[in-house]
Amino acid sequence: MIMSQSGGEMPQTALTRIDLLLVASMVEHGARVLDVGCGDGELLRLLADTRNVDARGVEISQKGVNHCVAKGLSVVQGDADVDLADYPDDGFDYVILSQTLQATRNPRKVLEQMMRIGKRAIVSFPNFGHWRIRWQLGVRGRMPITENLSYAWYETPNIHLCTIKDFVNLVGVVDARILRAVAMNSSGAQIRVNAPWWAWNLFGEQGVFLLERQTKD
Amino acid sequence: MTDPSSDTHSSLAEAAQPHSQVAVFDGSQPLAMTAGVSLSPFTIAYQTYGELNADKSNAILLCHALTGDQHVANRHPLTGKPGWWSALVGPGRPFDTEKFFIICSNVLGGCMGTTGPASIDPTTGRPYGLTLPMVTIADMVRAQAMLIDRLGIDTLFCVAGGSMGGMQVLQWAALYPERVFSAMPIATAARHSSQNIAFHEVGRQAVMADPDWRGGRYSDQGVRPAKGLAVARMAAHITYLSDEALQRKFGRKLQDRAEPTFSFDADFQIENYLRYQGSTFVDRFDANSYLYVTRACDYFDLAGDYGGSLARAFSGAKSRFCVVSFTSDWLYTTAESRAIVHALNAGGAPVSFVEIETDKGHDAFLLEEPDFVATTRGFLRGAARARGLSEKGSA
Repeated sequence: MIMSQSGGEMPQTALTRIDLLLVASMVEHGARVLDVGCGDGELLRLLADTRNVDARGVEISQKGVNHCVAKGLSVVQGDADVDLADYPDDGFDYVILSQTLQATRNPRKVLEQMMRIGKRAIVSFPNFGHWRIRWQLGVRGRMPITENLSYAWYETPNIHLCTIKDFVNLVGVVDARILRAVAMNSSGAQIRVNAPWWAWNLFGEQGVFLLERQTKD
Repeated sequence: MTDPSSDTHSSLAEAAQPHSQVAVFDGSQPLAMTAGVSLSPFTIAYQTYGELNADKSNAILLCHALTGDQHVANRHPLTGKPGWWSALVGPGRPFDTEKFFIICSNVLGGCMGTTGPASIDPTTGRPYGLTLPMVTIADMVRAQAMLIDRLGIDTLFCVAGGSMGGMQVLQWAALYPERVFSAMPIATAARHSSQNIAFHEVGRQAVMADPDWRGGRYSDQGVRPAKGLAVARMAAHITYLSDEALQRKFGRKLQDRAEPTFSFDADFQIENYLRYQGSTFVDRFDANSYLYVTRACDYFDLAGDYGGSLARAFSGAKSRFCVVSFTSDWLYTTAESRAIVHALNAGGAPVSFVEIETDKGHDAFLLEEPDFVATTRGFLRGAARARGLSEKGSA
């Protein structure tokens, strides 16, 4: 239900900025892009300014939408869990879900809608398999609180957390293909590409995936 | 209630001689109407604010609502009140008259100088009354397009309006997609719902039930159906406000008395308020005109004109859209706006949609709601940048 972590007021950490730049780098110039949970439009602005894309957004909070419209962006107030159904097939080259998957009611349906609306999807999310999170839960026995997952369990909008391995599994479930995957550690450095999945899952603080629909033939 | 004999039918006086600029379209330029007839000659009364830039790229057309008129940002010639959208139009306001050239014309079927039922039919020398062909939203828009042609403007930088004005905005986008750079349909719907039609019918029946309506020929006979029109306005006015706002403003408060009188006097403040709204309305509006404009809304069904598909109506739309609804507007609900957004998305048009949180009901679009003002300002600023309009307005 919640589309950006806190309606256009996502805590700006160094990692979220690096995440935006990384997501932006996966988008081809001049593409048609839909950013789902676009918050105050920072990624859309970045894409419009640096990659000359036709940028559209969906955002649940009125405040976020107002910010975006005031920046001249085309953003619709809406809920990822409900309103993606209104978009036609193949309307976009890329559908982006940046730091929002874990806050949706039905991540599988949201990802399926994204793969229907866009030729490609880009998803970035906090990895719940990171060693610091495992430490907090496994050793300290407490629900983890980190810089990027900063809410106490009883008030967090992040209701569907997953690990990088879990996400790779979901990609198979929705019949998509991974074109590119990046995991970043807490300082924003990318984990070596040839590192095994278990290492990504343990040391990656964020996962960023570029997906494509499986061609049915 | 005002004594009809105490004035000279001021609203009808404006119909004949408006305090506005007029564009007259003679026999060489008839208006092809939806009803299948052509109207000729006809007149459009309009106001402009600001200056048209050299390449004519900064023109904005504002479309007025049901009982609005062209006096969008100047003192009203009949009521002396500020223009109906003074909150948004003026120097430094979102519709900045120092930056944009703003046009607002009285709709076809209106009574403030554009041809309507109170205008004189040149073939008879008498007011048209009900002999004026039925007017549709599309007719209003085609007439506006002829005015825009007359002003030498090819593409409007923006077409904006609320309620029935929003219907005109949608119709503009469907009929003339290439002439609309950006569009703001506000607190509106792409079709009139059964409930919308029902409320309008109550209003029309109130007018027609007044013995002074005389089958629409009241002005020939020196009377006017003031009571019926006032009742129509009272009923309509309720639909413009939210239950919450009425409760907050009036509650069950009594009017200038400590105890109820147990009579049919206007004991409650809300009764007094509605009676006042009704009585002032009849001083500035023509009863037949009310019949025509309400009917125009009722017949509005944009999807119906395009094989039942609203998306098809907007298939050629390239304009940037900003659709706005208000949470407590139960006359034209957010669901109606979402249907418009859905159709625009299907056509791939660049669309923004904002639902403004307010308890002021449908009338909120006329008021200085901070979020609404900020949205409008931001949207126009973004569109101006895309249009290459400099801050000073001259491209």
